[in-house]
Amino acid sequence: MTGRPSALAASAATDDHQILTLVLFSAFVAATLAVTAWAGRRRHGSAEEFYAGGRLFSPMENGFAIAGDYMSAASFLGISGLIALFGYDGLLYSVGFLVAWLLVLFLVAELVRNCGRFTLADVVAARMRRRPVRIAAGVSSVTVSVLYLVAQMVGAGSLVALLLGGTSQVARTWTVVGVGALMVFYVICGGMRATTWIQIIKAVLLMGGAIALTVLVLLRFHGDLGTLLTTAAQRSGHGTDFLAPGLKYGGSWTAQLDFLSLGLALVLGTAGLPHILSRFYTVPTARAARRSVVWSIGLIGGFYLMTIVLGFGAAAVLGTDAVRAANPAGNTAVPLLALDLGGGPDSTGGTILFAVVAAVAFATILAVVAGITLASSASVAHDLYGALRRGGRAGRGAASPERGAAFREVAVARIAAICVGAVAIALALLAQELNVAFLVGLAFAVAASANLPVLLYSLFWRRFTTRGAVWSVYGGLLPAIALVVLSPVVSGSPTALFPGADFQLFPLENPGLVSIPLGFALGWLGTVTSRQAPDAAARHAETEVRALTGAGAA
Amino acid sequence: MEKRDGRPAGAVRLDDPWYDTPASGRGDQGAAGWADADDTADAAVQDGPDLSWPSLPAQRTDAPGEPGEPTHAEVYLTVQRSAAFQEVRRRYRSFVLPATALFLTWYLAYVIAAVTAPGLMARQVIGPLNVAMFAGLGQFVTTFVLTWAYARHARLRRDRAALDLRWETQEMTGGNVR
Repeated sequence: MTGRPSALAASAATDDHQILTLVLFSAFVAATLAVTAWAGRRRHGSAEEFYAGGRLFSPMENGFAIAGDYMSAASFLGISGLIALFGYDGLLYSVGFLVAWLLVLFLVAELVRNCGRFTLADVVAARMRRRPVRIAAGVSSVTVSVLYLVAQMVGAGSLVALLLGGTSQVARTWTVVGVGALMVFYVICGGMRATTWIQIIKAVLLMGGAIALTVLVLLRFHGDLGTLLTTAAQRSGHGTDFLAPGLKYGGSWTAQLDFLSLGLALVLGTAGLPHILSRFYTVPTARAARRSVVWSIGLIGGFYLMTIVLGFGAAAVLGTDAVRAANPAGNTAVPLLALDLGGGPDSTGGTILFAVVAAVAFATILAVVAGITLASSASVAHDLYGALRRGGRAGRGAASPERGAAFREVAVARIAAICVGAVAIALALLAQELNVAFLVGLAFAVAASANLPVLLYSLFWRRFTTRGAVWSVYGGLLPAIALVVLSPVVSGSPTALFPGADFQLFPLENPGLVSIPLGFALGWLGTVTSRQAPDAAARHAETEVRALTGAGAA
Repeated sequence: MEKRDGRPAGAVRLDDPWYDTPASGRGDQGAAGWADADDTADAAVQDGPDLSWPSLPAQRTDAPGEPGEPTHAEVYLTVQRSAAFQEVRRRYRSFVLPATALFLTWYLAYVIAAVTAPGLMARQVIGPLNVAMFAGLGQFVTTFVLTWAYARHARLRRDRAALDLRWETQEMTGGNVR
């Protein structure tokens, strides 16, 4: 989503488009603000309500919300664009992002719903010495969230430049600040309830937009997918190679390993994303969590199938060269496709479709960042603040320490949302030139390295110890970040963050291939080198019984 | 629709030791369930193993009634060893472990084939569709089928038994039932 808007995109973004896009987007913002006000009006300030929306959403509602949290603008614009540019190689993203959900469904969703209350750290800390484990899990969750947040906000800035034709730095900066301010407002005023409804609205809009465009593409080719693919291959300039792997990730062995690394991070990362995990707590039971994942798999699968049609459709209708000319990363393929399908740049239909797609993309970003901000504020307040405070405090004799503490924690969470928002805005402004797909891939890699091993070990390994948990989190987190710093993304290549410097030691852009096994290995090593707590068997029994039956679940 | 058996939003259950409210003070007062006694216990474990919590029954008041009542930990250990629970666990694992191995292998094979065997993947099958496109669409199909199979397996073979165990366990631990 980096790259400059070219003359084509700028000419496509005429005044009509801009005005209509702004009107539609303002309508979405107004609707979400109304939802936030409505949700905030009925609030009573409990932690349960702020973090989990009172746990009373239905599986279908939560399924839409999960899909809304997961389908980012990077998917909608980025994957379709990659398919339009590289054909089959772009399709691998769609597959990885969907298959990852099987891991969530089988091993994570129900068990996490049964044993935790609000965050990933709840699940791990229940079996362990709480402080070090909470701090470790909290730190990694916040890191993942901030990386993901920065990716989305950088995307928002670029999107504005691309779609509204606002090439100036000022427009980008204000977009990032505006998106940041809105997301913080949603979270502190509406908590999980407002955030969930915003996700639901966004998911409906996004699915609606994708369905409309897919139908138009299929109508254009008279419903014949064979013709669509053949035309796409012809107009791509690559012939049948366009439909086979290798256009993007062929080449050198590092490119191939990088691809494997990304593939691993995509499929294992989803189950460690804090904002996805926190969604399972918004339904009353594990059974409802399972059914919401089934809903979301249906929605996400359908959506990614449509991105494939849209990607090949863009190649077939516009031609790959036109897509690349508009934006080297392919991010404008779908809006340009909409313009063409609606009847061309000068038609009313084209203008309306273009504006709708642009507004949907904005809505998508706004909803996703709100979800992540909420999850990271929960990690800060519930995990870090709780653990650090507990450590440095003597006993108190308050009349109702329970309730008071819960209220105070929610207040801390609101402050944390503001701080996380401010940090994300600042980083997003600094990182405006970074590639969004890379940042998303990195967030997935860190989630898969730091969060997934500790989660799976806690749920399934009887012998797992506190040291194992701490080592597994830091053993995944620190190598993942160190490898990125030493990668060609940061230095030693013309497109790096610091093109002038060269401290590149690690050849791959995505650290997952090394850091994910490290997270698992160090968790194992930490466990076998430490002595089990005397009550380990009982604690494991409780975790296992709770995880599989739901006994005593919040 | 899902049975809405969640309790009303905002209610606080003081008697559930899993209810781990941070910064609550209950750990310091030493008057809570095992999960809350763990700060004390941790310190003990660090300083010397002889002070670990099983030797400190006075700190556990999760069975405040008659002295003969089983403690929280004992209840969960009993349930874990029960035949009913072992059966639920066996059914769960006998589905998810092979299924996870299957889909991960299939996905990794698909990813690795794309970079190591591009010739095979590019082979035409029908019309413009080649092996790679079929494999990619096949990933979608297997994902949907496995999702359906898991949901069905859980609904028919696990849900009832798990729910029964849940109520039994909560009855034994006492007070956790809503």
